[in-house]
Amino acid sequence: MSPAAARKIEARHRPMVEVRHLSKIYAGGVEALNAISVDFPEGQLTSLLGPSGCGKTTLLKIIAGLIPATSGEVMVDGRPVTGPGPERAFVFQDFALMPWANVLRNVAFGLELKGVAQSEREAVAEKHIASVGLGGFEHAFPHELSGGMRQRVGLARALAVNAKVLLMDEPFSAVDEQTRRKFQEDLLELIAREHKTFLFVTHSIEEAVYVSDRIVILSKRPSQVSAIVEPEIGRGRDPDQIRRDSAYLDTVETIWQSLKRYLD
Amino acid sequence: MTLIAETKAYAHRGSAWGDILRHPATLWLISAVIVAGAWEIAGRWPISPAFPPFSDTMSALAGLIADGTLGKALIITLKPLAIGLIASVVMGVGLGVLMGLNRFAEWLGSPIFVIAQSAPLAALIPILTFAYGIGLTAKILTVCIMAMPVIVLNSLNAVRHTPATLLDMGHSFLATRRQIIFKIILPAASPVIFAGLRLGCAAGFIGVILAELLITPTGIGDIITYNQSVAEYEKMYAAIFAIMALSVLLISLLEMIETALFHPEKRAQS
Repeated sequence: MSPAAARKIEARHRPMVEVRHLSKIYAGGVEALNAISVDFPEGQLTSLLGPSGCGKTTLLKIIAGLIPATSGEVMVDGRPVTGPGPERAFVFQDFALMPWANVLRNVAFGLELKGVAQSEREAVAEKHIASVGLGGFEHAFPHELSGGMRQRVGLARALAVNAKVLLMDEPFSAVDEQTRRKFQEDLLELIAREHKTFLFVTHSIEEAVYVSDRIVILSKRPSQVSAIVEPEIGRGRDPDQIRRDSAYLDTVETIWQSLKRYLD
Repeated sequence: MTLIAETKAYAHRGSAWGDILRHPATLWLISAVIVAGAWEIAGRWPISPAFPPFSDTMSALAGLIADGTLGKALIITLKPLAIGLIASVVMGVGLGVLMGLNRFAEWLGSPIFVIAQSAPLAALIPILTFAYGIGLTAKILTVCIMAMPVIVLNSLNAVRHTPATLLDMGHSFLATRRQIIFKIILPAASPVIFAGLRLGCAAGFIGVILAELLITPTGIGDIITYNQSVAEYEKMYAAIFAIMALSVLLISLLEMIETALFHPEKRAQS
């Protein structure tokens, strides 16, 4: 049995994040989400995929507790969400790094806010900086790093607080194509290593199919769940083989066919 | 491909000279030499009998420094300037940040400073004299009304324009309100706050000289007024030059303090 399949079965046990009848109407009357209900199983990477402007990021930010829902509720690890919490960590589309702080301080920032002593939080940060492949850049500043490296800093910061759920908002969209591919491969390794639940917003079908255990496809605004796809792709193989795998290509095609109708 | 290679080679060849030419100190020197040269030529032309050449002004300056006149005058001028600037900086940044964080405070305070920034405040100096006499208080207040508006408004805008995504980041990593203010908003706002401080300090210098020319001639203002009345224009320009040099010095000092305190990334760059 492949590790991915094992992960899937183990994860069947319970949903880590439950979204129930969630609606969001922005001030001004824009209806982003319409009574959406969806589960995110523990230990899996679930992607939110949908036409642009469909409310994927809105849903992720409501789960993060950064914006309030108009109605409905979100449960994380069995408890209702009323705001941000220690069991969730966010990876931002535009990295959200503090330009005045070096990599070490940026990565340790979540722990700094918790009041963890400097030596301790820097030790934790160094470990995670190394795990995302940025060893040696601890004292570099964000403006000295490439886009891909900056997002690795954002990822390390989210890992450093040891949250159970990682919320990733189009983490690779501001990164060039080649860096993104390498990043996706590294992400798969990371998922296998860390036993966390990943929620991943993306607008790239290929990316979703490549990295996800489960893909939630949202309809046009106001969003509802249009379909749930579980790509049956054997992982733990050469990444380049996966990209040529017929199951991979078929899944991409199926999703494209179902999304196409939302384009005007 | 050839084109790219050529461009690179060209850029490389240019860099040895370019580094020296582009160095801030070199640019400063070149610009100072050009200004002093133009001044010298204009003075010798002469464009006006009341416009002495650069060299005469400098020797008058040396004279004023040597006989202690300038030192004494600076001490007198710096007193209202220092008190006024310190008050403006402390209160200005404090009020501006408060107004940036709190909508009610902004509603209450910002109209006064918006008007103050756009109005010709020198016109208020007679009123200040009327209310506070011709002593130190009126001069300090002149410095304050000139320096404070820009400091307040820059601080307000700096705080208001903290990147939303950094605030989201702080919230998602469970920062308290206090941590958000001190660890995110203030560091993010510091470049614009310091820009306001530099403008405010420059305005404070204008304020103190205005006060010394319009209220009672003391300090540098006295040197300027007296030497103008006895037609010793070299000394008058020497005093003006000295106060300008001091202003530039103070503003450069502020820039250094800013880099040292808030911008380790700029230190790393240079």
